[in-house]
Amino acid sequence: MASADSDSGPGTDIPLAVKILIAGGFGAGKTTMVGSVSEITPLSTEEIMTEASMGVDDLGGVEDKTTTTVALDFGRITIDEKVVLYLFGTPGQGRFWFMWDELAAGALGSVVIADTRRLDSCFPAVDFFEHRDIPFVVAVNRFEGACDYTPEEVRDAVDLGGDVPVLMTDARDRDSGKRVLIALVEHVMRRRSPALSG
Amino acid sequence: MRTPGEHRNGAAARGAPLRGPARSRDPGPAAARTRRRGPAAPDARTTGATSHFDAAAGSLVRPYTMTGGRTRPAGSGLDMISIVVTTRERVDWTALEPEHAAILRLCRRPVSVAELSAQLDIPMTVVKVLLGDLIARGDVLARAPLPPAELPELTLLQAVLDGIRRL
Ligand SMILES: Nc1nc2c(ncn2[C@@H]2O[C@H](COP(=O)(O)OP(=O)(O)OP(=O)(O)O)[C@@H](O)[C@H]2O)c(=O)[nH]1
Ligand SMILES: [Mg+2]
Repeated sequence: MASADSDSGPGTDIPLAVKILIAGGFGAGKTTMVGSVSEITPLSTEEIMTEASMGVDDLGGVEDKTTTTVALDFGRITIDEKVVLYLFGTPGQGRFWFMWDELAAGALGSVVIADTRRLDSCFPAVDFFEHRDIPFVVAVNRFEGACDYTPEEVRDAVDLGGDVPVLMTDARDRDSGKRVLIALVEHVMRRRSPALSG
Repeated sequence: MRTPGEHRNGAAARGAPLRGPARSRDPGPAAARTRRRGPAAPDARTTGATSHFDAAAGSLVRPYTMTGGRTRPAGSGLDMISIVVTTRERVDWTALEPEHAAILRLCRRPVSVAELSAQLDIPMTVVKVLLGDLIARGDVLARAPLPPAELPELTLLQAVLDGIRRL
């Protein structure tokens, strides 16, 4: 394909895109967090999937469903002239695992939102990123009237490795979302060069 | 806090764990090991994330008239976050299909495949095909994201960190 890797010509101005995933269970606050830190209103895009893309076991009871579309929402943060960061909310439903593979490929890392009303809804996402050795942080999104957990309680309940950062968050709050993203990128950097972690 | 098996959700209970590799983290004491594996951890990464897609695209039953029934241009290799931009000021608009023209108008400034898809309300698969045509004609240049196998440089991570801090 046409590429932009030469030092001259029109291609040199094309920024490099990187992405971070915002994962978590259904209704955990993924789209909300994307929206609170994005410089654009979250956009929604569609990808087409066929039966072959989905786990066969996930199709039980779905009649005549040869293709389906998965909606993805995402936001954008312009880092500088050379780099643009995209934030992708992962599809919450289990039958879209296939889409997670495409989303996860090349991602810098992921935020896993834990919903205090049902902590277990983040387990599949945690498993997914652990298996692929993709760095992630857990952001505990507190919902009113739900159990109040401490980060350590969440770490125990989700059985997280000791190095995985756990933060309390409010997905609606921009500064809170920023703090979560900063914690993630710092975590990614620490994993890359343990010497820097001090 | 949890007991084994307690948290299996629908997909896991339907047997998805059988498809994936075993949990890679070293099992600790049984009591601490209560989180079961999640549903479906297919190993698509090792085979290349797009391979599913390509195979899948070939079997679409609803051909897209926009693309003349094609679902995959040979070798366009576009990712959902490939950034595309028009190469020329002047384009021969008369020779363009409306969808091609719409894409060209939107990528006067660098824009991702995902953004084009969202703005035009056309699935990404189809946008990639249309972009493939424009790239082949020399109207559009694309910059691919880092290959998944390549770890991002620390300088890139630092730039991202600084950018987020400035928000
Ligand atoms: N109280 C409270 N409500 C929240 C918070 N974050 C999100 N919500 C609300 O929870 C609901 C679901 O949030 P979404 O951001 O749509 O969740 P999601 O994870 O994108 O949901 P799906 O994409 O459907 O899986 C919305 O009504 C939000 O306003 C939070 O931090 N606190
Ligand atoms: Mg959502």
